[in-house]
Amino acid sequence: MEFAELIKTPRVDNVVLHRPFYPAVEGTLCLTGHHLILSSRQDNTEELWLLHSNIDAIDKRFVGSLGTIIIKCKDFRIIQLDIPGMEECLNIASSIETSQWRLSYVNKEFAVCPTYPPIVIVPESIDDETLRKVATFRHGGRFPVLSYYHQKSKRVIMRSGQPLTGTNGRRCKEDEKLINATLRAGSRGYIIDTRSLNVAQQARAKGGGFEQEAHYPQWRRIHKSIERYHILQESLIKLVEACNDQTHNMDRWLSKLEASNWLTHIKEILTAACLVAQCIDREEASVLIHGTEGTDSTLQVTSLAQIILEPRSRTIRGFEALIEREWLQAGHPFQQRCAQSAYCNTKQKWEAPVFLLFLDCVWQILRQFPCSFEFNENFLIMLFEHAYASQFGTFLGNSESERCKLKLQQKTMSLWSWVNQPSKLSKYTNPLFEANNLVIWPSVAPQSLLLWEGIFLRWNRSSKYLDEAYEEMVNIIEYNKELQAKVNILRRQLAELETEDEMQESP
Amino acid sequence: MEHIRTPKVENVRLVDRVSPKKAALGTLYLTATHVIFVENSPDTRKETWILHSQISTIEKQATTATGCPLLIRCKNFQIIQLIIPQERDCHDVYISLIRLARPVKYEELYCFSFNPMLDKEEREQGWVLINLSEEYKRMGLPNNYWQLSDVNREYRVCDSYPTELYVPKSATAHIIVGSSKFRSRRRFPVLSYYYKDNHASICRSSQPLSGFSARCLEDEQMLQAIRKANPGSDFVYVVDTRPKLNAMANRAAGKGYENEDNYSNIKFQFIGIENIHVMRNSLQKMLEVCELKSPSMSDFLWGLENSGWLRHIKAIMDAGIFIAKAVSEEGASVLVHCSDGWDRTAQVCSVASLLLDPHYRTLKGFMVLIEKDWISFGHKFNHRYGNLDGDPKEISPVIDQFIECVWQLMEQFPCAFEFNERFLIHIQHHIYSCQFGNFLCNSQKERRELKIQERTYSLWAHLWKNRADYLNPLFRADHSQTQGTLHLPTTPCNFMYKFWSGMYNRFEKGMQPRQSVTDYLMAVKEETQQLEEELEALEERLEKIQKVQLNCTKVKCKQSEPSKHSGFSTSDNSIANTPQDYSGNLKSFPSRSPSQGDEDSALILTQDNLKSSDPDLSANSDQESGVEDLSCRSPSGGEHAPSEDSGKDRDSDEAVFLTA
Repeated sequence: MEFAELIKTPRVDNVVLHRPFYPAVEGTLCLTGHHLILSSRQDNTEELWLLHSNIDAIDKRFVGSLGTIIIKCKDFRIIQLDIPGMEECLNIASSIETSQWRLSYVNKEFAVCPTYPPIVIVPESIDDETLRKVATFRHGGRFPVLSYYHQKSKRVIMRSGQPLTGTNGRRCKEDEKLINATLRAGSRGYIIDTRSLNVAQQARAKGGGFEQEAHYPQWRRIHKSIERYHILQESLIKLVEACNDQTHNMDRWLSKLEASNWLTHIKEILTAACLVAQCIDREEASVLIHGTEGTDSTLQVTSLAQIILEPRSRTIRGFEALIEREWLQAGHPFQQRCAQSAYCNTKQKWEAPVFLLFLDCVWQILRQFPCSFEFNENFLIMLFEHAYASQFGTFLGNSESERCKLKLQQKTMSLWSWVNQPSKLSKYTNPLFEANNLVIWPSVAPQSLLLWEGIFLRWNRSSKYLDEAYEEMVNIIEYNKELQAKVNILRRQLAELETEDEMQESP
Repeated sequence: MEHIRTPKVENVRLVDRVSPKKAALGTLYLTATHVIFVENSPDTRKETWILHSQISTIEKQATTATGCPLLIRCKNFQIIQLIIPQERDCHDVYISLIRLARPVKYEELYCFSFNPMLDKEEREQGWVLINLSEEYKRMGLPNNYWQLSDVNREYRVCDSYPTELYVPKSATAHIIVGSSKFRSRRRFPVLSYYYKDNHASICRSSQPLSGFSARCLEDEQMLQAIRKANPGSDFVYVVDTRPKLNAMANRAAGKGYENEDNYSNIKFQFIGIENIHVMRNSLQKMLEVCELKSPSMSDFLWGLENSGWLRHIKAIMDAGIFIAKAVSEEGASVLVHCSDGWDRTAQVCSVASLLLDPHYRTLKGFMVLIEKDWISFGHKFNHRYGNLDGDPKEISPVIDQFIECVWQLMEQFPCAFEFNERFLIHIQHHIYSCQFGNFLCNSQKERRELKIQERTYSLWAHLWKNRADYLNPLFRADHSQTQGTLHLPTTPCNFMYKFWSGMYNRFEKGMQPRQSVTDYLMAVKEETQQLEEELEALEERLEKIQKVQLNCTKVKCKQSEPSKHSGFSTSDNSIANTPQDYSGNLKSFPSRSPSQGDEDSALILTQDNLKSSDPDLSANSDQESGVEDLSCRSPSGGEHAPSEDSGKDRDSDEAVFLTA
């Protein structure tokens, strides 16, 4: 995210600058991508140019509608700006305040964290040395990084691996510093642990663990149990078995569906994602999410929370970017997880339909908000297929570093370049889409969660009538657009003729 | 009115079902027909109306520090929880409602006081909108094989049958009367549906009084006559929709089923649909599952399975499919019965007819189907749906199950039905509401005696008037799905049958999809229609202007002719102004509309267009989900189904995540 995007009020007039030993200067305050500039109207008065990165801290004060911002700089200078208008003042303050994130290249050679990409976003105030230290305290070197910045509430989602507290409750000052750097003074955040408390406690025996409240007093920890690994794989196997078995009566079908637990997992994941979204949007609190490794349930939750919160992630490009960022770059081990599917007998313990569960959850939200997504069900099915078997390099490997070593960018084609061709996109575009800029809250009640027939019953029942219905829907909308275009042309033509007419009549 | 102990209680709280900690404060009113809760909040003054006839149970719960809770469960699956500050008031409301919810005389029912401001003529027209004589004509009757019989005039043979009945031509009055004496409640075999294409028919009756060995020549002749009325087949299916065990048990009471040895050329078949008591308990169990507070997925699926509800739905569907196949594929006629032939028989005959005949999948055709197989053939609406205080063991969701079967079919065949889900939900609502006279009483005879048509209004006219709200946008009369028989897969697909949350959880709006594809497409279609009209008007205007301009140009050219050096330029000029040239111009415009056009389309497609006449069913949502709440219309004058808005607000889903 560019800083320029955060600037709400780029210019304010009649701002008064106070500096020690200088007379007060009145002028116009401008915010650019890098500088805060105050320019007086007198020619000979000095202008103030202040780099955003020089700002160490700011204070706000209000007297009536006159706001005052005191900027304390890293070079120990302190300046004061009087800004007329409460709103302007708040906007300026929040703009210069939020420059608290930076790109870090600490992982350039994949040396700090093998499963992270070379570039990550971290708090401005945390240097690379600190990041290296924090990495030693987090599972797989996965130190907390920014996953999502919510503009409306200015709160963030971060993700990481579990802290390596072990049985003797090891702590890491740098880790505490890092995650506290994402909070504003006096505010609190939530740590969502995607394991049950029990599982998290057991993890300590193996060197893992969770954040002790005593060491993270500004954070409230919530455990939201999401299953992992073979439990998910078994769930998938049972579900597919149930779907393929057509000999039983009605009750047997329901109990097999129930016994597969698939929809239970869907409900767990969605509930955790909704909770995160609620923390961000309603509680206006930042969230750190992790499970054990931070490569599976963590990513399900961070990416689904973004689907709920961020309208852009519901567009085709936005969703592709989300998968690129939160799954591929974030190091979800696709190769391991999607090596086999529901029918294979040789079960490996690292196989799990983590990504399929995520897609299923997206489908559940899409079903509840059928007009809020730019893509349709086919798009999700296509992603499922390519995650498991693909002629493109996109989902190969387990991390960015592996993909780099394999030189996939040079040797293979990207799925996105193929999908984004207009001729292909039309198949994946939702004709009902109308941009919806709001947060969408899905229902997680069992009554609202359905079996994803497009995936699980795809080969077991004819979809002829459903396909016909989809086609009909497309036709209705296409015909409407066609008419709209025709009418517009005629309106224009008519308008032109009428002006022509007038011109002819009154030369 | 004498049953209302207290007409008004203040400071009552209406508890939010989704997040019970929240409650709306307001005033509770008891009127002769409704319970009304009006919120105090000055912004909304939101009203919740509940018809007395919709009340299923009232439960007084243990008094707490905040007051005395009263739980009202409705027949349309709404659940209302009120907290009344004073125990005394609560008791008064409770006692009043107990009485008001169980009227003892028909005259107490809402339809006798309901007045939609129509004159006498409009009322009469409403009642003739659905005409069964016309329907039999549409089927192709009478013909060489079937005739209208007057044997039941003045209900002389069977008081639960209509007077207008079709029987095989060869069935004499003697045979009919004889057969009727051998059938429970004298419900002898008559025609329900005639399949023009191959002369096969669906007939219905009650069980024969066969006991262990009794037989009846006339009844055997009656079945023979039905077979003969179908020259294309040499046998008749006799479908007993009961489980075999139940049918056998009936033999001990002198009833039972047809013995294949006694009836020539019949193929006898049991289907195994459970009786009304099993169905009542099954629904009860399923509703308990729906009512669970934040159930787990397992709780829900386990409970759904345990209720057996979907198994029963499938059994009814299977029976309908069997009959439809027998008729359309084997060309065989089918006689359907259960015990009395007014519950399972009605379900199965109407499902089969719906599968066979596209007419029943239209708005009007569906009304006809209910009028024929349910209302005219003496389905006991009063007993089954508890309109008047009666034996609770008679109550059973028989027609609810049929309505659900239709919904299940709609899910499988999204383009095949002219009507949408809302239509089904409103019919279900009005079967219990007693707002219209259609579903009163247990038989045609009773309705005639009560002079229903002179004293009440017809639901069908009301639905027909508002038909725009009930249309399925995907329905097209010339679509292949709307033609002929609906073919369901032959392999047993249990997963085809799904829980209908749109019905059983319909007041939990948060659980429903927040954007309705149906409403969206209807709005698009409405806009399309406007565009078509505008296009036509524009073309007309354009043509006119072009004509005028052409004339102008000609005139001008003529005027300027003297100044021109050459006469050729004139002709060139006039050619340049012909309409053909403009159409060339037309192509040169970009196909995507300019910004003005985009604005227009955005204007037309605002949510205001996504309206619905009855406020309860609009595809509403909250601000958060990006769709305006559409259920803002309050039920003024009781003209519409009462407001069933559950008072959900934008925060209410959140509790789910936090408590879950």
